[in-house]
Amino acid sequence: MAQQQTTNYYVPAQSYWPIVGAIGLLFIAIGAGTTVQQIGSEASSGSWMLTIGIVIIIAMMFGWFNDVIVESDKGLYSAQMDRSFRQGMSWFIFSEVMFFAAFFGALFYVRTIAIPWLGGASNNVMTGQILWPDFEAVWPLVTTPAGDTTTAMGWQGLPLANTIILLTSSITLHIAHKGLEENNRKKLTALLAITVLLGVAFLVLQAEEYVEAYRHMGLTLSAGVYGNTFFLLTGFHGMHVTIGTIMLFVMLWRVLKGHFTPERHFAFQATSWYWHFVDVVWLGLFFFVYIL
Amino acid sequence: MQKIIIIIAAMSTVVFTGAALGTSSVNLTQGVTDISQRVYDLHMVILTICAIIGLVVFGAMLYAIINHRKSKGATAAQFHESTKVEVLWTVIPFFILIGMAIPATTTLIEMEDNSAADITIKITGSQWKWHYQYFEHDFGFYSLLATPQEQIQNVSTKGENYLLEVDKPLVIPTNKKIRFLITADDVIHSWWVPAFAVKQDANPGFINEAWTRVNEPGIYRGQCAELCGKDHGFMPVVVRALPQEEYDAWLSAQLQHVAKEKQEEQQALASTLTMEESMALGEKTYIARCAACHQVGGEGIAGAFPKIKGSPIALGDVGAHIDVVVNGKPGTAMQAFANQLSAKELAAVITYERNAWGNNTGDIVQVSDVKPEAK
Amino acid sequence: MNTASATQDEHEIEHDHKPKGLMRWVLTTNHKDIGSLYLMFSFLMFLVGGAMAMVIRAELYQPGLQIVEPNFFNQMTTVHGLIMVFGAVMPAFTGLANWLIPMMIGAPDMALPRMNNWSFWILPMAFSILLASLFMEGGGPNFGWTFYAPLSTTYSPDSTALFVFAVHIMGISSILGAINVVVTIVNMRAPGMTYMKMPLFVWTWLITAFLLIAVMPVLAATVTMVLTDKYFGTSFFAAAGGGDPVLFQHIFWFFGHPEVYIMILPSFGIISAIIPAFSRKKLFGYSSMVYATASIALLSFLVWAHHMFTTGMPVAAELFFMYCTMLISVPTGVKVFNWVATMWRGSLTFETPMLFAIAFIVLFTIGGFSGLMLAITPVDFQYHDTYFVVAHFHYVLVTGAIFSIMAACYYWLPKWTGHMYDERLGKMHFWASVISVNVLFFPMHFLGLAGMPRRVPDYALQFADFNQLVSIGGFAFGLSQLIFLVVLIKCARGGKKAPAKPWEGSEGLEWNMPSPAPYHSHTTPPEIK
Ligand code: HEA
Ligand code: HEA
Ligand code: HEC
Ligand code: CUA
Ligand SMILES: [Cu+2]
Repeated sequence: MAQQQTTNYYVPAQSYWPIVGAIGLLFIAIGAGTTVQQIGSEASSGSWMLTIGIVIIIAMMFGWFNDVIVESDKGLYSAQMDRSFRQGMSWFIFSEVMFFAAFFGALFYVRTIAIPWLGGASNNVMTGQILWPDFEAVWPLVTTPAGDTTTAMGWQGLPLANTIILLTSSITLHIAHKGLEENNRKKLTALLAITVLLGVAFLVLQAEEYVEAYRHMGLTLSAGVYGNTFFLLTGFHGMHVTIGTIMLFVMLWRVLKGHFTPERHFAFQATSWYWHFVDVVWLGLFFFVYIL
Repeated sequence: MQKIIIIIAAMSTVVFTGAALGTSSVNLTQGVTDISQRVYDLHMVILTICAIIGLVVFGAMLYAIINHRKSKGATAAQFHESTKVEVLWTVIPFFILIGMAIPATTTLIEMEDNSAADITIKITGSQWKWHYQYFEHDFGFYSLLATPQEQIQNVSTKGENYLLEVDKPLVIPTNKKIRFLITADDVIHSWWVPAFAVKQDANPGFINEAWTRVNEPGIYRGQCAELCGKDHGFMPVVVRALPQEEYDAWLSAQLQHVAKEKQEEQQALASTLTMEESMALGEKTYIARCAACHQVGGEGIAGAFPKIKGSPIALGDVGAHIDVVVNGKPGTAMQAFANQLSAKELAAVITYERNAWGNNTGDIVQVSDVKPEAK
Repeated sequence: MNTASATQDEHEIEHDHKPKGLMRWVLTTNHKDIGSLYLMFSFLMFLVGGAMAMVIRAELYQPGLQIVEPNFFNQMTTVHGLIMVFGAVMPAFTGLANWLIPMMIGAPDMALPRMNNWSFWILPMAFSILLASLFMEGGGPNFGWTFYAPLSTTYSPDSTALFVFAVHIMGISSILGAINVVVTIVNMRAPGMTYMKMPLFVWTWLITAFLLIAVMPVLAATVTMVLTDKYFGTSFFAAAGGGDPVLFQHIFWFFGHPEVYIMILPSFGIISAIIPAFSRKKLFGYSSMVYATASIALLSFLVWAHHMFTTGMPVAAELFFMYCTMLISVPTGVKVFNWVATMWRGSLTFETPMLFAIAFIVLFTIGGFSGLMLAITPVDFQYHDTYFVVAHFHYVLVTGAIFSIMAACYYWLPKWTGHMYDERLGKMHFWASVISVNVLFFPMHFLGLAGMPRRVPDYALQFADFNQLVSIGGFAFGLSQLIFLVVLIKCARGGKKAPAKPWEGSEGLEWNMPSPAPYHSHTTPPEIK
């Protein structure tokens, strides 16, 4: 790769956006921290700060990406620059994979080690006998060692529907991408729009599932490790779907404005990678959280 | 450069003389169990191997530093890369490691063999004390730091066993395999007695096991070895190992004592405490057991431990106050004191909290108030 | 071939024409400016973290409680560890990477310059929050830099949420910085700069950046679980709900162990540049160094539970982690032997960078030996959570990581500032440091072996003498660092002009550039052999 020519590597001049982004993160961190501390109290300064932070970050994204788009349109970016972006995005997705891996790791640990040990397995015979004599080590953990009960979420129904929706959306997005590469704008627009709709549909169903869990199943975030892992994994995944859907929507909007060429469409490419990644994570979730 | 040599030489001398001293204050203890002796031997073997490798490596470096310096007219040789050498210095360390791993493995396997114990003792850590339960008997007690605050605050001179003394040490017989079941009530603690080479984390909600067989009678001191909050440094472990007969005598005396205490408790139920009596006992209990968190003046530590002085709970409903102290608040550092204090102490400490530092409620809590079920 | 900016008129104007004033630093996209910012920030954090260490040492000067309350002592220990690890060592390496990697591989700048600025400016924000939390009601984080649950969840101070989010944004900064480094190295090398021609500093950083991207997200997940356990009623780390406090330790150390290698691999790169330069001899085994670094990185994912031998894992797991940990000595040994072989029959001179590099080899190896001793599970039962561990990691971190950073500063200062530093002061700094640092940390081994636990504000009387000695060493080492500050300021403001290549034996593209290096590096890709 090094052998490829190093031509016209564009080094942007000074930019306001990074410092704006750093300030945005400052507000988000303080705001989120304070919000959490203020749970159950009247005070709301935290959520205000958090909101301001999020607004700043959104503004930064628009400004920053706009600069990038303008520069790209001016033809300042070489193929090498494009590669930098692509590699950067791939590594970013790798870091996201590791983030999910930690939660999956927690899930596996709880299922194969913590719960059996609480039930007296391995070198923890006395743990089971003395501390938790009534505890039954099963998964899904519908009765915690402390005795709280909940219900497990089945995989049929909504989760299955959601799996089909996400898988379909990956395919539609792929066809849209093909359309872009063939310079078939109609195909691109239509299938991209369908993908966005599928993303939204997924989120709606997911929300319904949560409502169902909270209202009727007694399955809550605090319902022992089953609920913990369920909500944190599906929750963070849902958050990523939300971001992905927004990104797709922005792509759709840009497509409608006539952006992207068959050769140059890094943003589109990055979004589609992201979407496929979110999809793969879901498959893992569907398998390990719902079915097994 | 010579200085480096001197430093290294000085260090290695220190290490080796230290090692020679054996039980000195610069080296690991050999302890009083077969296991601790094996651990010590393992430690010395590895230390020696490392020291020898160190001498070879640093020696070569030193030679180069002294003889291959430019100021002595050395010109640089051109050699580099030699697969032969590279393989050698990969393979040799590898075999040295295998040499270390073998004794380590056998020792470890023996240390982890908790079967066939003669006596089982359940050890529970909580902020900041140890509880010992003699499993075969319905008998257990708390063991707390005995060093007075004045010594810690440098007001009075420090005793010989400063910070390493407790009110009631764990007592075990010698030459018996003692199995420890180790757990915790709140955060993670770690039960450690260097002389036994036993260090085992006390994890809340789980029971870890360890064992020892002490060869020599004596008093052995250790400390909590896992950061467990503010007073982690003030949570010593003291074990008295007694010959079997003495141990038996001690145990039966203890069991009698427990029976007597139970009786007294019954009698106390009927008695009425006076304000004076309550305040005296209450203050003593408060300083010993509550002041670590709520502070001597009852002012607490903002953001961590609530104040009692002027607090709604101490000035308000007595029932709620009793409930907090007796049953604790699950999921917080406020533990249930029902089994830690006698009913009389409980009553007294609550009375104290309700009448000290300007909390002048005038309430006197009676033993029967804290133990209504026993009426 | 065109230059990076010659085709761009509007960009041309900025070329070699530094913007002035404060805004230059706030808005910059230049890798050298950002590198300097990182280095200055890191030094500031070193002073702050060092000041906390001084509080620790002052309290431990004598038995008894003199200066601070136990709770505040714990906050000092915790924040000292956090600041030194995340605020001093890591940003220093990132700063060096920023300054050096583009110059070393013949690139015009970092691959993603705006993101580079962003990743820097997140850091001051994160550390302001962390430091501010010390002043909150209930105090700042007091649960050790390893924040074991449930001490950090159910039993932690109110400010824990701020700690969590500070770590979150700090992690974002590290990940972005690491992505930038990887992309720069993979994509921006000048024609002819093949992987096996890259300087070792670049190699070690490539691997470090990979480790960072792999484990920083795991840290983020850990703090997230702490957050939900404390504030949202989850029980990942509570047995009553089916969780396990030891799960916390597994996840933390899955991050934590690679993290400690993140703090040493770039040092290996630095030392591998300096030792050949002042031995006037090629590095003995370049490719084996590369493979050794990669092996260390891979093994680092398999050893995390050596921090957890006393947690009650089954014996098979203990053995597995013991063996893997011991294995790391082999590739690390390859490195040490290589450096010695490089010095062997060289033509040595002893300028300050070389002095620090030699001290690094000796003292890091001592730290490595104690690491190997800690890896032996049955003996670790005795060492664990004592000052023996504290001695181990300060040898690898202070006389390892920090010494290598100082060596790097002396070595590349002429390139950065265009002036030679004051060699006399540099030597003074070295000797003062190397002597005091051993007085500071060597007796800690004895304290640990004799049974002094770590993270205690007070101790039994038999530990008094050594603690006093350690504290004296500590104050002396702290004061010695003020000499370094003077050297840096003097060198930045003036001094003998430095030639393009001030060191006779040094190799690498950066020495082909004038000193100080021009504002924009390699506007034309350089010729590579
Ligand atoms: C830069 C940071 C760094 C580095 C490089 C290392 C390197 C090593 N560390 Fe260390 N370690 C820490 C930072 C680091 N560590 C920290 C911060 C902690 C404490 C965390 C906390 O609890 O707060 C810690 C704790 C720690 C523990 C846990 C102790 C405990 O809490 O009980 C262990 C146990 O195995 C360990 C082992 C090792 C080993 C085997 C190495 C090896 O990589 C060392 C290899 C090097 C050599 C061995 C020397 C050179 C080799 C030769 C000359 C070849 C020939 C040698 C032989 C064959 C013997 N470390
Ligand atoms: C790279 C990391 C790094 C570095 C550089 C250091 C540097 C130092 N560290 Fe520490 N340390 C850690 C990482 C590091 N440390 C970690 C991870 C822990 C574990 C935390 C935990 O348990 O959670 C720890 C814990 C730790 C302890 C144990 C605390 C405990 O268990 O309670 C001690 C005790 O002596 C200590 C001391 C020191 C000292 C004296 C220095 C010195 O080298 C510092 C020297 C620098 C200065 C002093 C600043 C410069 C000078 C001035 C500002 C001028 C003013 C000077 C004077 C007034 C004299 N450190
Ligand atoms: C390990 C620390 C610790 C010890 C020791 C301790 N407490 Fe507490 N205590 C707490 C904490 C923490 C709370 C707050 C619990 C909560 O979050 O509601 C508390 C709450 C209380 C309250 C309720 C105060 C209020 O305003 O809600 C009372 C009364 C009390 N403790 C009395 C005692 C007594 C009496 C003792 C000794 C016999 C004692 N405590 C020992 C930590 C401790
Ligand atoms: Cu209990 Cu530390
Ligand atoms: Cu480690």
